[in-house]
Amino acid sequence: MALEILKAGLSTTVQDLGRPGYYHLGIPISGGMDRYALRAANLLVGNDEGDAVLEAVFLGPEIRFTTDAVVAVAGAEMPPKIDGVEQPTWTALPIKAGQVLSFGFLKAGARGYVAVSGGVDVPIVLGSRSTYPLGGLGGYEGRALKAGDKLGTGPEKRKVEAGRAVASENRPGHSPPVLRVMTGLYWHRVASQSGKYFFEDTWKVAPEADRIGYRFRGGRPLEFIPREQPFGAGSDPSNIVDSCYPYGSIQVPGGTEPIILHRDAVSGGGYFMLGAVISADMDLIGQLQPHQAVHFEPVDMAQALTAREEGARRLQRLRESLM
Amino acid sequence: MRYSFGGDEHLFVEVDEEMSLEAFFKALSMTNAVKASRIKGVTEICPANASFQIGFDPDMIAPNDLLAELKAFDGASNKTDASLATRIIEIPVFYGDPWTHETLMRFRERHQDPTVADLDYAARINGYASVDTFIDAHAASPWFVSMVGFVAGLPFMYQMVARDKQIQVPKYLRPRTDTPKLTVGHGGCFGCIYSVRGAGGYQMFGITPTPIYDPKQEISYLKDFMIFFNPGDIVKFKRIGREEYDATVEAVAAGRFEPLIRQVEFSLADFKANPIAANKTLLEALHGA
Repeated sequence: MALEILKAGLSTTVQDLGRPGYYHLGIPISGGMDRYALRAANLLVGNDEGDAVLEAVFLGPEIRFTTDAVVAVAGAEMPPKIDGVEQPTWTALPIKAGQVLSFGFLKAGARGYVAVSGGVDVPIVLGSRSTYPLGGLGGYEGRALKAGDKLGTGPEKRKVEAGRAVASENRPGHSPPVLRVMTGLYWHRVASQSGKYFFEDTWKVAPEADRIGYRFRGGRPLEFIPREQPFGAGSDPSNIVDSCYPYGSIQVPGGTEPIILHRDAVSGGGYFMLGAVISADMDLIGQLQPHQAVHFEPVDMAQALTAREEGARRLQRLRESLM
Repeated sequence: MRYSFGGDEHLFVEVDEEMSLEAFFKALSMTNAVKASRIKGVTEICPANASFQIGFDPDMIAPNDLLAELKAFDGASNKTDASLATRIIEIPVFYGDPWTHETLMRFRERHQDPTVADLDYAARINGYASVDTFIDAHAASPWFVSMVGFVAGLPFMYQMVARDKQIQVPKYLRPRTDTPKLTVGHGGCFGCIYSVRGAGGYQMFGITPTPIYDPKQEISYLKDFMIFFNPGDIVKFKRIGREEYDATVEAVAAGRFEPLIRQVEFSLADFKANPIAANKTLLEALHGA
């Protein structure tokens, strides 16, 4: 076993690029919330970009290595330390058997991705090593890590030069984010004026923000176009006959606090959705801290696809810089 | 049929705003058609109660091309004579069990009527003279699994009775933070079985001894796949008492329990023409004539 967990951090889980194909049975895709950071950490240490890493939220773990390895931490500014000596993020760091990786206080962002050369080795379940704690599935025994857990790593794939780093222009910033939204789904239920408020108002991340969804507060409540509720929908105007929930969809129970579903989404339910955050902005959500202010900006499909292409080009630049 | 993109990776299709067996059948037949056509770039096909959702990769298929393909299916499949080869499954339920009762008492202040238990409340607002006759109605007619989801393996079920006979209850005023695993619940017009322990807002009527989700795949009938239900399954509840509940829990643990399952052919037209006769045929298939 290569990694011995001394302290688990707040919630540290094994994640890769996820488990598509089972959402129709209620099993969400899971996987890293910030996929760009997950890929960058893997590429830095010579892994395939979709290998399993540790996703640590807000507070990093403390890990004793029992074999030599290369590690890298990308995403949040959660400074790694080796035997207590602070090291840079977004950088390939050699670590020796017996040394301890720990973390300083979070400076920006929310989730650090800790890649280890060879990748974290847990059993593949339904095609992925990602953890889905609500269903007790995948990862390390279907749960977040605890002190005393021991994890293996796979065989090293590529030798990399110690100290190599992601260039600053390829590191996403942590500026106050704007999340781009395609309205749709049940948007027609929203009275037009309050729909405008949604995009004008400043929203703050609520404490209830996790891998299932991020809740927001602070904007004016939505008003609904009056109707007689359809059979089976429930009596609240924000209720619908239970439907599927897309990843990134924004539901607003009771019209008051929007919730954006993320990688461990509940796959369906009875709340109306006003639209969905575009795929290019999903990574940003995973790096939001509670109380952080955000704005929503309406975009159409063409703009969403352009943003997606820009994201793909940025990822391609990252790959080429680390080949 | 209403089409709407949910971001750049999902296409949402609402068959009807309100719930009905017809809407569910239409959603199921459309999703089956999408599955069979193997459209390039489709990543997820998720039927729901009266709607469905297609996940897609816009790098593989242009969103408007996918939209056009789906609209073509809609035109081609106008199946009011829909029939479905499916299975009927008997699920034993211990109604009014001590575990859901303990939980509902713990969360009483979140309920519409804190003075009575969920079963009493549901029986009363649905016009039943007693909890007993209410349970009889819940267990007498079969249910369609109209959606699997929320969390892993949780079936939403719609009872196969006329609309004026549908059991309808509100969800808790504020969701509970705890629900026992395998609770049989009800919210709106939908029944459900909680596949895992966790938060929930449905009224709690009882508990089944038969697991429906097993990520470790140790339970005998979940060895092939960890999730028991599929949309389109038909469920018949069987009222059991404490003794049979305990015996079934023990049988499941010992690997001796196999759920009662029979293959059946369901015709929507036959059902609409005579629901009572159609349900009788289903129950005969389950138990033998």
